[in-house]
Amino acid sequence: MVISQTQKRTKPGDSGSFDNAATPAMNVSGPGVGNKMGLLSDPNRRRALISLLTRLNAPICALCYFAGVCWFMGLAFEPFTLRTYMSENAMGSTMVEERFPSGERALATGKEFAAHKKKVGGMPVDWLVKTMQARGLEVFTQSFSRTLPFPDENKERYIVKGTNVYGILRAPRAPRTEALVLSAPCSPGENNNQAVGLLLGLAHYFRSQVFWAKDIIFLVNEHDLIGMQAWLEGYHHTNTTGMDWSPLQGRGGSIQAALSLELSSDVITSLDIILEGLNGQLPNLDLANLFYAFCQKIGVLCTIQGRLQRNDWDSVSGYSHAVQTMMLMVMKQASGRPWGDHGLFLRYHIEAATIKGINSFRQYKTDVTTVGRLLEGMFRKLNNLLERLHQSYFFYLMPSLSHFVSIGYYMPAFGLLAVILLLRALGLWVQLASPPVRAADGVGDIVQSSPGVLSVLTPLVISHLTGAALYILPTRFQEIAVEHFPVSETEAVVLTAIAIYTAGLALPHNTHRLLSGEGTEQGWRVLKLVAVLYLAVLLGCTALINFSLGFILALTLVPVAAFVTPHVPKTLSAIVLVILSPAFTLLFSVFFFQELEEMPVSFQDGWLLYLSVISQGILDHYLYGSLVYPLIALMIFPCWLLFWNILFWK
Amino acid sequence: MAASLSLLVIVAVTIRAALFRSGLAELIAERVEVVSPITAWKRVIEGLALLDLGVSPYSGDVFHETPLIIYLFHFLVDYAEITFMLADVITAVALYMAVKDFNKQVFRKQKFSVEAERYPADCLELIRSPTEMFYIPLKVAMFYLLNPFTILSCVAKSTCGLNNAVISLFVLTTIKGNVLLSAIFLCLATYQSIYPLTLCAPAMLYLMQHQYVPVNPRRVAFWWFVVQYLFMYLGSLFVIVCLSFFLLGSWDFLPSVYGFILSVPDLTPNIGLFWYFFAEMFEHFRLFFLCVFQINVFFYTVPLCIKLKSGPAVFLMFMQLAVISIFKSYPTVGDTALYLAFLPVWSHLHRFLRNIFLVSCVLLACSALFPVLWHLWIYAGSANSNFYYAITLLFNVAQILLVSDYFYAFLRREHHLTAGLYLKKKDGSEATLVLK
Repeated sequence: MVISQTQKRTKPGDSGSFDNAATPAMNVSGPGVGNKMGLLSDPNRRRALISLLTRLNAPICALCYFAGVCWFMGLAFEPFTLRTYMSENAMGSTMVEERFPSGERALATGKEFAAHKKKVGGMPVDWLVKTMQARGLEVFTQSFSRTLPFPDENKERYIVKGTNVYGILRAPRAPRTEALVLSAPCSPGENNNQAVGLLLGLAHYFRSQVFWAKDIIFLVNEHDLIGMQAWLEGYHHTNTTGMDWSPLQGRGGSIQAALSLELSSDVITSLDIILEGLNGQLPNLDLANLFYAFCQKIGVLCTIQGRLQRNDWDSVSGYSHAVQTMMLMVMKQASGRPWGDHGLFLRYHIEAATIKGINSFRQYKTDVTTVGRLLEGMFRKLNNLLERLHQSYFFYLMPSLSHFVSIGYYMPAFGLLAVILLLRALGLWVQLASPPVRAADGVGDIVQSSPGVLSVLTPLVISHLTGAALYILPTRFQEIAVEHFPVSETEAVVLTAIAIYTAGLALPHNTHRLLSGEGTEQGWRVLKLVAVLYLAVLLGCTALINFSLGFILALTLVPVAAFVTPHVPKTLSAIVLVILSPAFTLLFSVFFFQELEEMPVSFQDGWLLYLSVISQGILDHYLYGSLVYPLIALMIFPCWLLFWNILFWK
Repeated sequence: MAASLSLLVIVAVTIRAALFRSGLAELIAERVEVVSPITAWKRVIEGLALLDLGVSPYSGDVFHETPLIIYLFHFLVDYAEITFMLADVITAVALYMAVKDFNKQVFRKQKFSVEAERYPADCLELIRSPTEMFYIPLKVAMFYLLNPFTILSCVAKSTCGLNNAVISLFVLTTIKGNVLLSAIFLCLATYQSIYPLTLCAPAMLYLMQHQYVPVNPRRVAFWWFVVQYLFMYLGSLFVIVCLSFFLLGSWDFLPSVYGFILSVPDLTPNIGLFWYFFAEMFEHFRLFFLCVFQINVFFYTVPLCIKLKSGPAVFLMFMQLAVISIFKSYPTVGDTALYLAFLPVWSHLHRFLRNIFLVSCVLLACSALFPVLWHLWIYAGSANSNFYYAITLLFNVAQILLVSDYFYAFLRREHHLTAGLYLKKKDGSEATLVLK
């Protein structure tokens, strides 16, 4: 035993407390080890740290929140970001000679396609098959049908039937074990005819080239994402969403990369690249780099989020431009929905992006031949790949096309917010571990803690049941709702969801009293400890999968978690709590997004947009397996209800 | 108490049955955290199919369970779900009874000590009261049956649940003082996964204390007891191995089960420490590090036995189980669940625990992060094995911290029971003890 010189007045070991005064020397560790182990074993330093953290808990939390937000805003500042660079050696230089000559012919094909589309009133399958066959491809079709859980009012579809047409250009130079995909959606109306024309033109041109080492699949998919989902499921023999599709008759090798093309005008002013995919997944950054490199080489204006990059990063307007671009990416990623047809490829470990032609009022126009050359160049480079794209980043944010923020730079922003939760949990733990003097003997503790378990479990279970109801009921009850109320199915679903959400606010608080009588002071602390840790784990996992969603949720939920106690002014806190709840976060996000897109809406329109966003979110879940809706309904909302419960603890 | 235990069992069985019926069961059975190459039910089915075809189940390097398991399921394959639920219930009930008995003994011993005035006067608050000990057996059963790790393991039909049942029966028979049954169940456990071999030491220690045999290597009685126990143990091991041979008609199972456990050829990621290390290593170091890693599992027996030879051997058993489940070659969460079930037994140590908050937060976070990082690595392709291994490492460090914290708390309580709770320095002021 080594008795140190410091004097202590604490009682040895209050149950589980951090600051144990006495620590016996044991034979377990040799002399001197104690000094190195520092915080974990030295009781004095340990207690100093704990008392510092508990005493300054609130200021440290506020500081962390402020620092987290500042860090995040700082990410868009150009000196703090990295310049993009090509990591993949196989795509290293842009030394490819692009010779695609026949833009005019592609446009003519596009017009022909448009005429046939109009005649058939949908996808001109026969014409496409014939045209692709004439260009020397192996052509196959896939039919699919899908009944949506409720009508999609944005795209006006309910029972969807369609056909995908795809042609495979077999690789002449390699054993056909790998493939690339170029896809163009067959959209209703006058959209995307040029894209299909260019696709067919490129197919014709690629057929005459000899250097293809990967199969190239030219895909025209009907009903945009639904068709794409059917085709991808068919290609990979999976069925995750219960869609009916006919099996594919022909397939190429494993798909290495895919580009989706959207082009609706004969000439364009700029090309936009869309990266955000399902559940906020992004393709490897090298794909964006490749696009950027070729745009630079060929001299096409390129944008991301529809925004050109500016060189005046040191001016206020330049910085705010970068922030807005990054915020757009964050909002789009957080929504968890695929923002282009490429979005579903990412689930299958295929790097994909959508390239969209934009025709604005700018003077300088680019013709389709140039776009074709750009695509040719990109495909030539992708053709050179020796392995899957993996060298560059998968986790990034882009304030402009030439700069990016990698995970190591943006995670601290989230980390600073998450630390608040841990500090709060620590504070609660210390409070719980050093109870008032009367409960000094073990007997008192046991008697006191046994109702505690029940009073924590009840709100937990009830909140989660409310969450489960929010997840299950809206789609189940649409028929009943339509019968009894003058609403359409879609409105029924959305309004049921909102109703259950609101009912949830009334339901769970005070429910613990049914089983356990009066809530104790210890009771809410335990519940809050559980809720805070739950939220921390939840947000941590979310941020790993989809940083933007995790960060936005943390931004609103962390303050709630930090300040809620039963002793704060009820009405005011209730209002704050409701404003910071997930549903309002979504509402603000809708307005904020419109603001960023420079299409501000009135409150009326915003509300309608909000309703349609909810229905789209639910549809995304059922159609493509997006996880945002179940995450919010089954986890985040119940977690928020726990804090609501604490506020009304009696 | 019996009523609450049956209620608990009913709740536990209901949860399991519901999960078996849901679509989650298939998903869980694929999780690498829950099943290892040895315990996976898919592989048992494969082995059964081979056996039915008249081929040795060990041909083809898929099946690695012991012959007894495959013959057990040869008859029970249609009732597999019930078997696994039953195994969990047996484990829980055995632990319940064992802990109840153990607590009685602890209390009796404490009463003698108090009557003999062996404890210092200020240690009264360290003495355990019957009211606080009353619910401990039930809590143990609850910790096992309602632990999500156990539930997952059971729903995945991981044969780990059967191993746990055998080990818990061993604990029960040992605590009841039945030497022969203890040896037989220990032999069964060893036969299943080798590592319980190290439980030999605490078992002998406990039985010696139970039968008042002096724990002193210089006494003949000590050695006579050791020889007796080892004879029973090795004898039943011999019988059971021979039985396997006669059932199977070949010695195939020895390299395929024990060789597989010891030489770790399957580097599928799991929650253990082996896979990443051996996947990264140069081939010519493999044998050396294999020996180091495997000796590591067995080595802790010696210092722990020396340190805890006078204390309750059940604590030693707990330590051993924890060490096995952390350092074994193919650990699953089912192994972790078994030693976690013992935690309520040591609830009187809570006041001396130092890192319990930190450790439980880390364990909680890691359990949630395992599937997330697996998803990012395998499905999304955006993370890589380092992410997953980092969490594995953190999970194991947290487990080690947890166990060493309990060890420290145990020793500290023992120290206070002899030296008094409020330590004074020579000049009469209060003192601080520092770990050096």
